[in-house]
Amino acid sequence: MQAVAGVVVLASLYVLLGVGYVLVYRASRVLNLAQGDLMMVGGYALFATVTTVSASPFIAVPLALAVGAAVGVLVYALLMRPMAGHPVFAAVLVTVSLGILLRVAVVLVYTDQTRYPLPAMDLSNPPVRLPGGAAVSALDVVTVASAAALLGGLFAFLRLSRLGIRMRAAAERPLLAAQRGIDFHALFALSWALASFAGALAGVLYASNVRLDPSLGILGLKAFAVALVGGLDSLGGLVAGALIVATVEVLTIRHVNPLLSDVSPFLCLLLMLLVRPWGLWGTREELERV
Amino acid sequence: MAYGSGYFKTTYEADMALVDTRLRRLALATLIVGLAVLPRVASPFVLELVTQTALAAVGALALNMLTGLAGQISLGHAGFLCAGAFTVGILTESVKAPPLVTLPAAAVVGGLLGLVVGVPSLRLKGLYLALGTLAMHFVVLYVASEYQARWGFNTGVSVPAPTVAGVRFRSGVQWYYVLVAFAMLTTFLSVNLGRSRVGRAWMAIHDREIAAASLGIAVARYKLLAFVASSVLTALAGALWAYYRSFVSVEAFSFVVTIEFIAMIVIGGMGSTLGALLGAGFVTLLPYGIDAVVGALAPGGAAPYWLFPLKFGAFGLLMALFLVFEPLGLVGIWRRARTWVVLWPLRYAPLRTVR
Repeated sequence: MQAVAGVVVLASLYVLLGVGYVLVYRASRVLNLAQGDLMMVGGYALFATVTTVSASPFIAVPLALAVGAAVGVLVYALLMRPMAGHPVFAAVLVTVSLGILLRVAVVLVYTDQTRYPLPAMDLSNPPVRLPGGAAVSALDVVTVASAAALLGGLFAFLRLSRLGIRMRAAAERPLLAAQRGIDFHALFALSWALASFAGALAGVLYASNVRLDPSLGILGLKAFAVALVGGLDSLGGLVAGALIVATVEVLTIRHVNPLLSDVSPFLCLLLMLLVRPWGLWGTREELERV
Repeated sequence: MAYGSGYFKTTYEADMALVDTRLRRLALATLIVGLAVLPRVASPFVLELVTQTALAAVGALALNMLTGLAGQISLGHAGFLCAGAFTVGILTESVKAPPLVTLPAAAVVGGLLGLVVGVPSLRLKGLYLALGTLAMHFVVLYVASEYQARWGFNTGVSVPAPTVAGVRFRSGVQWYYVLVAFAMLTTFLSVNLGRSRVGRAWMAIHDREIAAASLGIAVARYKLLAFVASSVLTALAGALWAYYRSFVSVEAFSFVVTIEFIAMIVIGGMGSTLGALLGAGFVTLLPYGIDAVVGALAPGGAAPYWLFPLKFGAFGLLMALFLVFEPLGLVGIWRRARTWVVLWPLRYAPLRTVR
């Protein structure tokens, strides 16, 4: 039972991170290698609001998430929009340098010391007993709940709201969408904001639950294995991808070798690339076949 | 000024010549003589910098062959370096193998790894290929760290100074000559690739695969060849790195190293030999340049904690600036400046930029 709980918690974290990859990929066909660093920035935004604005989590957390979303808009406006028309690889490299810049900015302001924002908010993280004998921390439960809420909210937004439908249209065929009067730059900026918001949410939860230091970005690299296994352009596939990758990772930690567990997402990724490169639910046409 | 026009050649010999004008021959001779006598005049620190640049140049040229010429994206460059370095480390540690055994072994390991990574490139393109190479990087690093953990080299494997034909390579000057010669050979290879069937096939594949195939280029074979050639060179660079540093450890081959090499070819100018060399020099010397500036502004005192992030950030910022504003890199700037000087006071650009 403990293992199952561990898988679900890890998968939720991966879903929160993977949402960012999928949204950005759908909007601009770019793999955002800075997603993990956006998560880290979200965590530090929480630390910043807690220490400077208010220690109340009801003020600090929404403020940190708003900062996260704003960073996403800025990134689109300053870095990704000028890259329109350049080769995709160049845009990916820009996200790499964005990741470097974010990490450096954080180290310059907060040094690379490990921080714990949770005590600063006067909150504790009590263990929760689940039926079946497994124990998780309270914030683990919050992580699972917010991953579910985020996915549910995104589904409703993309399927039902006018703006969401426009967003899907712009992602599918920007030229056609623009012809019909859709301002796709605004929508792409919104995609980046949502992606960065999801990353910040993951960062806030992880920083409160575990720890906060500038090297959190590595988690993001693991999460793109999740996005690829599920299909880079499929939000629904994320859940399956996250569960598969998290299961493999937890099983290797418990039964094989903790060192190997760090690479197990990448082994899943390699296997997926060999067998079904477009992922479980990805669009096959997305992959330019040779 | 004697300056090759680039499109007025009267013989095939002139068209194929590596250095075609007197000015260029003179410049090349000066460079070679300069590099040969440098150890007599320069301080050990300067020599060390040139040596590091030479080693970085080999890696950058190898990556440039794969990404710049053949157009295959690789995010696994540090993995190849790591494979070469650990081949040397493991062979010297376990069987005391001499360099004449370990270097070819490193090349073979690199080649096999390149083949393994290259095979998916036959099916995958662009981002997906990049992801595959990145995954390979983590797998290679895992194998290396597993070796370190299993055999009790927690911090790393030390490699004794190699002995070839009775000469023990340990001093900085010796390594300067070895690595500069290696870099020059690689440069020569890289320049020649642009004039030979292989390099031109790679460029054709880069531009448009279907067109290349219809011209009779065996796309699959040349793609694999690009991966193998690049990874053999990179693994060799890694092997020499291991001997030069006399120490191998997984920590030295993180993803940041891959980014550094990509930054070299991006800042230098994708697809150009000169660009890879300029980029290697730029990225290697940048941190020392920042050190010097900071030292001049705030003399004395210990290095402040923000110095390291500052260096890292400067390099990230420069890479972003080059990608956004100057995709042709340093070599693009150089070409524009040269054209401007040659044509002055006229302003018309030549019909075709020359090499």
